[in-house]
Amino acid sequence: MSLWEYANPVKFLRLSERVLPTLWILAISSTVLGLGWGFFFTPDDIRQGSTVKIIYIHVPAALMAINAWFMMLVASLIWLIRRHHVSALAAKAAAPVGVVMTVIALVTGAIWGQPMWGTWWVWDPRLTSFLILFLFYLGYIALWEAIEDSDTAADLTAVLCMVGSVFAILSRYAVNFWSQGLHQGTSIPVATGERSVADVFFVPLLISMVGFGLLFLALTLYRTGTEIRLRRTKALLAREGRN
Amino acid sequence: MLPDLGKYADAVLSAYAVSIVLLIGLILMSMLKGRRVRKQMQKIEMRGDVNG
Repeated sequence: MSLWEYANPVKFLRLSERVLPTLWILAISSTVLGLGWGFFFTPDDIRQGSTVKIIYIHVPAALMAINAWFMMLVASLIWLIRRHHVSALAAKAAAPVGVVMTVIALVTGAIWGQPMWGTWWVWDPRLTSFLILFLFYLGYIALWEAIEDSDTAADLTAVLCMVGSVFAILSRYAVNFWSQGLHQGTSIPVATGERSVADVFFVPLLISMVGFGLLFLALTLYRTGTEIRLRRTKALLAREGRN
Repeated sequence: MLPDLGKYADAVLSAYAVSIVLLIGLILMSMLKGRRVRKQMQKIEMRGDVNG
């Protein structure tokens, strides 16, 4: 069995309908557990006070905002190379989820920044590249809506997605090579494994990150199914119009 | 029931409130659109079956 089998819309829909109920339960329960644990059962930080509780939303949302764009990039490349409609529709379906994650990260970051940095916003490399990523998300969604022919829309949005990837990379790594700004470095560097977050905060944060990841997956699978059905509906209507 | 959030209560509560509203809104809107499209597609498929 090959992964490419799921480029067939019928097989994709069958698979997503089989896995979605379990995925929804896992996604919602782990998100509620992570956020609930973080909010109710973790102590205040010695320097940041209770604002540290914002980490359980801000970090997972920012992580998913960037990863959603990378998922869209992979799906767009598959579309450009192999012309599988399901992958183009999956990228389209993921964009609104990514934009909501980006808004959550930006808003919670501003709310957290105000008491800690004394300002809602600074033109810091990481914050600025994240804002540009948000604008790319809006542009991507607008482009899909603006073009009637879905194949042309998929082609153009795929190119836009590749260009926007620069800012997705920048928003993740800007703090590493642009050492001027207020935003701290990564709390959990995957490469080195040396995290700057104590266990008491890390465990609910990890659960929340898993929850947001599963939520993204469930929403994207569900929304891709909707896009596939919408495409079929349009095709059926066009066929009716011809007869 | 709420933990003592001290002087940062407004910041923490508003961060959680905005995020939860956005997430629930996204899930609900996705579900509503999904249901509407599914119904529309089934209606057209049935019409096609009837007309041959």
